[in-house]
Amino acid sequence: MTPDTKQLTIKEAHELLISKKMSVLDLAEAVLKVADETRDLNAYLEIFSDVRAQAETAQKMIDSGNATMMTGIPIAIKDNILIKGRIASASSKMLENYTATYDAFVAKKLRKAGAVFIGRTNMDEFAMGGSTENSAFRVTKNPHDKTRVPGGSSGGSASALSAGACLGALGTDTGGSIRQPASFCGVVGLKPTYGSVSRSGLISMASSLDQAGPFAKTVEDAEIIFDCIKGHDPMDSTSYPADFVHPKFRSPKVIGVPTEFVYAKSVDECVLKNFEESIEQMKKAGYEVKEISLPSLAHGLSVYYILMPAEVSSNLARFDGVRYGYHVDGTNLLEDYMRSRGEGFGREVRRRILLGTYALSSGYYDAYYGRACAVREMLKKDLEKAFEGVDIIATPTTPTPAFKIGEKSSDPLQMYLADIFTVPVNIAGVPAISIPSGFADEDGAKLPLGIQFIAPHFGESALFSIGKDFEKVRGFTNI
Amino acid sequence: MLLWFSMAIELKDVEHLAGLARIAVSDSEKELIRHDLEEVLAYVSQVTEVTAEFGATTAGELRNVMREDTNPHEPGIFTEDILKQAPAREGNRVSVKKIL
Repeated sequence: MTPDTKQLTIKEAHELLISKKMSVLDLAEAVLKVADETRDLNAYLEIFSDVRAQAETAQKMIDSGNATMMTGIPIAIKDNILIKGRIASASSKMLENYTATYDAFVAKKLRKAGAVFIGRTNMDEFAMGGSTENSAFRVTKNPHDKTRVPGGSSGGSASALSAGACLGALGTDTGGSIRQPASFCGVVGLKPTYGSVSRSGLISMASSLDQAGPFAKTVEDAEIIFDCIKGHDPMDSTSYPADFVHPKFRSPKVIGVPTEFVYAKSVDECVLKNFEESIEQMKKAGYEVKEISLPSLAHGLSVYYILMPAEVSSNLARFDGVRYGYHVDGTNLLEDYMRSRGEGFGREVRRRILLGTYALSSGYYDAYYGRACAVREMLKKDLEKAFEGVDIIATPTTPTPAFKIGEKSSDPLQMYLADIFTVPVNIAGVPAISIPSGFADEDGAKLPLGIQFIAPHFGESALFSIGKDFEKVRGFTNI
Repeated sequence: MLLWFSMAIELKDVEHLAGLARIAVSDSEKELIRHDLEEVLAYVSQVTEVTAEFGATTAGELRNVMREDTNPHEPGIFTEDILKQAPAREGNRVSVKKIL
């Protein structure tokens, strides 16, 4: 059978594969066909040449009764996640020809489960950006309106999934890079608790904020991928051992809405209207909604744009044109460094490295980095306190629907403001999910909108529980 | 202290930062970067208005996470893969320009 990969969920595909109504190859071929037909989206940087061989391996797992939920499922992988023997470029000229020498923990987990890697997806260079326009190679388009961005930085993964060119995808989220593109493309995106999914084998951006997570069509599918990739990894010292016990959450019943924060300036009318409708639907479904005050959330973005570039400037110091990556020959070693880094990094990456260098330099360290760390602690404590009174905090995922390609690319600050609702989550390290909540009509296009639910540390099960309820009351199927 | 935050970023600051970060910046781009840095720094300086207690940083539950230095892999099994990525090599070494 030839499945409709745009509609098919991982759960449904799994059932079809197990009952032998569909072969892994049928599914892989269908996905490859869509990937080929939607090549103009520029979602993929590369489609792997061994997809059929991978499908065969997965089929054997099914035939021998060793299938997992992910066996035979076609998955797209963001280009900053290492798969041994394949290029991982982080969409940068710096790593254009870099072949990974080991597997990321998440890639290893997926392969062991029998997932089929379709290809690597486009992204903002080194995951820096919110539109996938910062890729050194090409601009990815939003399948809902090809004149608009898919969001970023994991824009390729979101676009590929939304188009049906995979059944699930991996992204990374440092300040919203999974949730924001998920919202723009009408799919589900999960940013797991910091430490619940290993960062080993991810190309680091800001290590205290980075986290890998799934894109999927439904909350249930996101849960399936999350269950596969989570877990302790001795190769990541910030990964939580199982005996740290993930607390059992009662199913969430009380939603907190940080009203002042949500109704801040620069949030589109259509976003607020959609958010209010969603909250009303949740009330009808039996949830209690409380207004909460969380003034420190408003500081999230300024804290983020100090801590993140600071970590970027030190993490990206490793790209020196000596051991791997882009190299330009100068007259001496210093010139090799200066030119390799000057030419190998794109403008946004250079901008953030310089910003971070400034924030960490002598004389400014206390005022910027030190202060930002202190405000980060404050934000964490305020959130903890808020979660004493509510089970879940809800906000829109983004202040606007997907914007036009080129609209914000010349104004970095405007671009940064698109992350206003997602950034505080990374700063606190808590998990959050974006779920499609409807559409905005703009210039004749139907643009997806998303709602963000935030839970306390290790509260993924609470997110899945409320997320499934939300999908039920939302009353439409997405995409 | 407030003087710092109202301080404008000058072209020589951009050059200094670029030197520290080992990034060559072309003359034509310096002004653009100067402008962007100034704008972003003005925005993030909001944190200086927040009264937060300094030194309140609490250590996370995970600390001093070390692995035992045991079970090393067989020597040389990764050498070829890793050296293949190097722009220049000499035998089993990465080759760099002379420093002194």
